[in-house]
Amino acid sequence: MPTPHEEVTRSETQVDAPVLETIGLTKHFPVHRSRTRVVHAVDGIDIQLLRGKVVALVGESGSGKSTVARLIAQLLGSTSGVIKLDGAPVKAHAGRAFRRYVRNVQMILQDPFASLNPIHTVRYVLGRSIRIHHPKAKKAERAELLSGLLTQVDLVPPERYLDKFPHELSGGQRQRVAIARALGATPKVLLADEPVSMLDVSIRIGVLNLLQNLKQKFDLAILYITHDIASARYFADTTMVMYAGQIIERGPSERVTQHPAHPYTQLLIASAPDPDQLTGRDERPAKGEPPSLITPPPGCRFNPRCPFAMERCLTQQPPVFQVGEDQEAACWLYAEDASVEREAAFGVRA
Amino acid sequence: MTLVSPTVRPVAIASDRKPVLEIRNLSVDYGYDDNAVHALQDVSLTLHAGEVLGLAGESGSGKSTLAYAATRLLPPPGVITGGEVVFTSSRDGHGGDLLRMSDAELRAQRWRDTAIVFQGAMNSLNPVYTIGKQLIDGIAAHSPRGQKEAAKRRALELLDMVGIPKDRLSSYPHQLSGGMRQRVMIAMALALEPEVVIMDEPTTALDVVMQRQIVEQVMSLKNDLGFSVIFITHDVSLLLELADRIAIMYGGNIVEDASAREVYREPRHPYTAGLLHSFPPLHGPRRELRGIPGSPPDLMHLPTGCNFHPRCPFAFDACKTIEPALGPTRFEAEEPHRSVACLLHDPAVAPGPVPVELGVRPTETSPLIKESSTS
Repeated sequence: MPTPHEEVTRSETQVDAPVLETIGLTKHFPVHRSRTRVVHAVDGIDIQLLRGKVVALVGESGSGKSTVARLIAQLLGSTSGVIKLDGAPVKAHAGRAFRRYVRNVQMILQDPFASLNPIHTVRYVLGRSIRIHHPKAKKAERAELLSGLLTQVDLVPPERYLDKFPHELSGGQRQRVAIARALGATPKVLLADEPVSMLDVSIRIGVLNLLQNLKQKFDLAILYITHDIASARYFADTTMVMYAGQIIERGPSERVTQHPAHPYTQLLIASAPDPDQLTGRDERPAKGEPPSLITPPPGCRFNPRCPFAMERCLTQQPPVFQVGEDQEAACWLYAEDASVEREAAFGVRA
Repeated sequence: MTLVSPTVRPVAIASDRKPVLEIRNLSVDYGYDDNAVHALQDVSLTLHAGEVLGLAGESGSGKSTLAYAATRLLPPPGVITGGEVVFTSSRDGHGGDLLRMSDAELRAQRWRDTAIVFQGAMNSLNPVYTIGKQLIDGIAAHSPRGQKEAAKRRALELLDMVGIPKDRLSSYPHQLSGGMRQRVMIAMALALEPEVVIMDEPTTALDVVMQRQIVEQVMSLKNDLGFSVIFITHDVSLLLELADRIAIMYGGNIVEDASAREVYREPRHPYTAGLLHSFPPLHGPRRELRGIPGSPPDLMHLPTGCNFHPRCPFAFDACKTIEPALGPTRFEAEEPHRSVACLLHDPAVAPGPVPVELGVRPTETSPLIKESSTS
């Protein structure tokens, strides 16, 4: 197997257009037996995925992050908004258009115990993927592709795994088979919906490192959905934080985790267990729960829990403000005329 | 969450504290015939009064089995094949071997002395009864007849204690959020002021913000009511924060038992060291992490010798044949309270000195301790 590092020779100066882009992506689910009420699961999400880059989408359960993945995978129809693949808007529900779309955009699901059919062998699972996405390949080619896929996900020698059933594999190996199945389509975009959260702690890093290598090798654009902001820092180039169906902060992972701008991101980072920070813990109490998405609070959706909520937070939804060079946050504290409140909240900061 | 001054602590643990729950040589099999899976093999563990003992390990390492066996809640085909679990009250000295109690004794003992908070509050509450009914039922079962009113008062008190509004008493479980359900479970466990509370992954289904709230609540309740906690989780970084002592389990054995700070700063077992390198840090330098190669052992086909040897970077020949017992570390003189199950720490077999990663001498870290306690 060639080392992945040698293959990245793409010039860094080349300014990429996003391979996949969403503009104002919105999904409202109807509420049972109601004509007017809806669940605002996802509200106006803009995401740009670039080749060879990982974007992390971080949020707590119920924030709508998995719905975003399903919308982008076109498994759910959006209420409004546009999904662009290579600059062209796509709407593919079924049939040929859908198949053409999924050849480029593949998804890895959270639970490898549920996402692999227990009655089929690895050979069949991967063989289907190859047959569907490389219909013209000859039998010999297909066999070669098959063992190539397993080698790519470090299941070597491939012969040992080809005729195994999912129950004969460990969780980590199962997730690797699921990744291989996604790679069978030779996609440009990989949507990884909590790919490691069902795995044992000691093997999570192994799977993340594998995805990292594959990303470099095939120049993949990866959307990494997680609730673990520390793993986003480790794995992703850009981190977006989602709260109650909206993106509230976005920026380079290092910047977002070390200098979180939005009060919610700050709460999230203060809440994560961190053995190095035992003494210097910020004793700001974590209060409240995520809001109802059927009747979200007016104004900023975080205002009931926010320690710095101001009057206009209760009525007006904050637009996205630029914080520093490449970080942005949807919080009124970063409005130009709120410098007094900002200093009161955070002290004077660069 | 307080960091007890680390310079005083380690020695105090062994001598001064009274044991509340002593698990001795507990063995558990799943299955009855020759093919039985040995889920626990001769596990010994002591919980002291007022202590938070963390039990960490991967799925299948036997941590939940240990908790259920120690409380005799293990469902068939789980069979306790040996050992004893001795409870000794630190209040009035009553107690006995839980594994040899009659059903009536056990029924009285449960909840009053040891309570358990189960994994997944979603499935532990009965969906067709209000949480009030479920709380009151439990309290009434342990109090004299005709005390329904008192039981209701107590239930309201408990809800208040865990921060749930009192009018929620007549709510059904589905009307509560995940975090609130978990609080109800905790309130139930604390209803009779037990001395030992076993928490089996109480925060796994919750997100970090809610996890922080629950954990802080448990810790403050612990300080107010003075119970001891066995906290089971796979999240070592959470344990490092809240536990006094941590026992690491692997393949049905305890492989290391030490204070939380020692586990973090000076791991002695290769598995512990590997586990610490499996968590990406939130702060500090970004570094390449390796995790632990291979997969957790299949209990049906455990490797010979040390269970960890196929994944261990330091394995040598003897590891394949000799099963290490939980014993003192190489630095016994400086840290008599610690134990580890690794042949590297057995001078009779080990090929050389302890590898650098696992051999940070206890004295070498003292500047570090000062630094962290003063900063």
